[in-house]
Amino acid sequence: MNLHEYQAKELFRAAGMAVNPGEVARDPGAAHTLAEGYGGSAVVKAQVHSGGRGKAGGVKLARTPAEAEQHALAILGMTINGLVVHEVLVSPIENIASEAYVGVLVDREGQCPVFMVSAEGGVDIEEVAATNPDAIHRLRVDPRYGLLPHQAYGLATSLYGDPGLARQGARVISQLYDVFVDSGASMAEINPLISTTEGQVKAIDAKVSIDANELFRRPAIAALRDPASESPADAKALEAGLSFVKLDGNVGCCVNGAGLAMATMDLVKYYGGEPANFLDIGGSSNPDKVVAALEIITSDPGVKVILFNIFGGITRCDDVANGIVEAVRRIDMQVPLVIRLTGTNEELAREILAGAGLAAVMSMDEVVRRAVQSAG
Amino acid sequence: MSIFVDENSRVVVQGITGRDGSFHTRQMMAYGTRVVAGVTPGKGGRDFEAPDGGSVPVFDTVAEAVAATGADSSVVYVPPAFAASAIMEAADAGIGFIVCVTEGIPVLDMTRAHAMARDRGSRVLGPNCPGIICPGRTTLGIIPGRMVTPGPVGLISRSGTLTYEAVHHLTRDGLGQTACVGIGGDPLIGTSFVDCLAAFAEDPDTEAVVLIGEIGGTAEQEAAQWVSANLDIPVVGFIAGRTAPPGTRMGHAGAIISGSSGTAAEKTQAFEDNGIQVAQRPVEISALVGDALRR
Repeated sequence: MNLHEYQAKELFRAAGMAVNPGEVARDPGAAHTLAEGYGGSAVVKAQVHSGGRGKAGGVKLARTPAEAEQHALAILGMTINGLVVHEVLVSPIENIASEAYVGVLVDREGQCPVFMVSAEGGVDIEEVAATNPDAIHRLRVDPRYGLLPHQAYGLATSLYGDPGLARQGARVISQLYDVFVDSGASMAEINPLISTTEGQVKAIDAKVSIDANELFRRPAIAALRDPASESPADAKALEAGLSFVKLDGNVGCCVNGAGLAMATMDLVKYYGGEPANFLDIGGSSNPDKVVAALEIITSDPGVKVILFNIFGGITRCDDVANGIVEAVRRIDMQVPLVIRLTGTNEELAREILAGAGLAAVMSMDEVVRRAVQSAG
Repeated sequence: MSIFVDENSRVVVQGITGRDGSFHTRQMMAYGTRVVAGVTPGKGGRDFEAPDGGSVPVFDTVAEAVAATGADSSVVYVPPAFAASAIMEAADAGIGFIVCVTEGIPVLDMTRAHAMARDRGSRVLGPNCPGIICPGRTTLGIIPGRMVTPGPVGLISRSGTLTYEAVHHLTRDGLGQTACVGIGGDPLIGTSFVDCLAAFAEDPDTEAVVLIGEIGGTAEQEAAQWVSANLDIPVVGFIAGRTAPPGTRMGHAGAIISGSSGTAAEKTQAFEDNGIQVAQRPVEISALVGDALRR
């Protein structure tokens, strides 16, 4: 789950970090008032879960409150990478002397958190990683000890030659680690971490992604979820406990297991079709889940056919068949269903489907070929 | 032979009284797994009813179970909030092989659990994995026994149901297995493709290996290099996720492509460059294995 910049900054502030001031405006008038409070000039930033906000025109500098109001008017309601902007963050303009990058995420290989810091912040860090890898310093953190003071200081000295700035940088790095662990994050980054001409180190941007598996024990973090920032289909999938990703094709896919779901999409493409989505209904064969899955898929007007690919191992095919029958009864289906059910209790499943006038095939290749054919 | 475990492995089930734990314990015992103990804190002293009419003693802690029964392996079915602790408890009690089926464990919990297992010399399989089945010998986890049959093929996969799909074809085509291992779809797993390949390399009965990978990370690339440097039996590969757009998460926490690293194209290339034949469709896996074994 991604947090908005202003939410991440609240977590940073709560950890005692030096963060530039800023408040959220949901209408242009509020942006005017906020800019006035900051002495007239301000930066207005779109709050959406997307990178490249600046390039999309979602970040603008204002010299006067009237200009801040105009910028807010332009940015509120604009669409960035398919996401509508509902909020802007208004902050005073800083006198920037240097821009660094500081990030922490979970390292698969080391199986521990890893810090990445670079004195060359403020730009696309992946660009720096690709063109000048030596400009990024990495440090693996033993999760049992946490980030030790000398490690934080060591990272900070790679960013700042000045001892005073390095001490401030070390403090920010330690605080970022605290936020990372205490919020159950999978990634936390500051880009840029600036030093000002007044000699202050502070975060002027913030990006935090929370590990979805942490939310059950962190209600305060879970409450930061912003359903307005999600598409209705994503929100419904989340509530139903389904793993769903919308794509642009016309073959709706409903599969058990993520690996099989991806392999099914690949096979749709192999036979000349285009998958409309990734959807993993998981191990459960609860009819409500099947209904929710079908509702999500059918809400996409681009879908011309729905493909079920179920390999019942632990999941019982008869349970899934009951779910499909129940779903078809509840939803007014406008597109054909093609079904493949193999594995545990498949004979029983076929009887259940036959009773509702539905048929199932045995092989994955056959069901995919049929689906691609019906999609046209 | 088999890898990691065999018919003599003495298994303790952590979370044996839960809904999933009790169901799968009965399935495992029906297949022949030597389940010698169960653990559920607060339910020590009870007996778990086995399918053959016998019973399995339940203990409060893994240490007690080990002391009383000599258990050397465990399967963890406890809920995500407690699963990392369960792994650490097993490692602390000297369990050498720990299978964690649980899905949805916080990743930061697993950083600590893996660190502790490494220190104690325990191997963790998973988490978020279907486990391991050695056909005709034993099964630890949730892979249905009737899908497999003994034979010369070793299978390693990151995915559960895709494993079933592949094994289903192998078994139907008369290509039995020495062991099928689901290593798990999480970003942090205890046993890698390379660990499994190294174990299969030591097993004289394994004559071919199937590697089923997916997008995200670099585990498949590392496996491909290892195969080329160390393995002289044929390997057949499959990569799921060719149609996944970059930057999206496809169910498994592991299945995220970031930038150009971890794409299906990159992994397929690594397989091909290292002499691994790549199946375009799951149904082709079995045919390629059959061809390789006849050669």
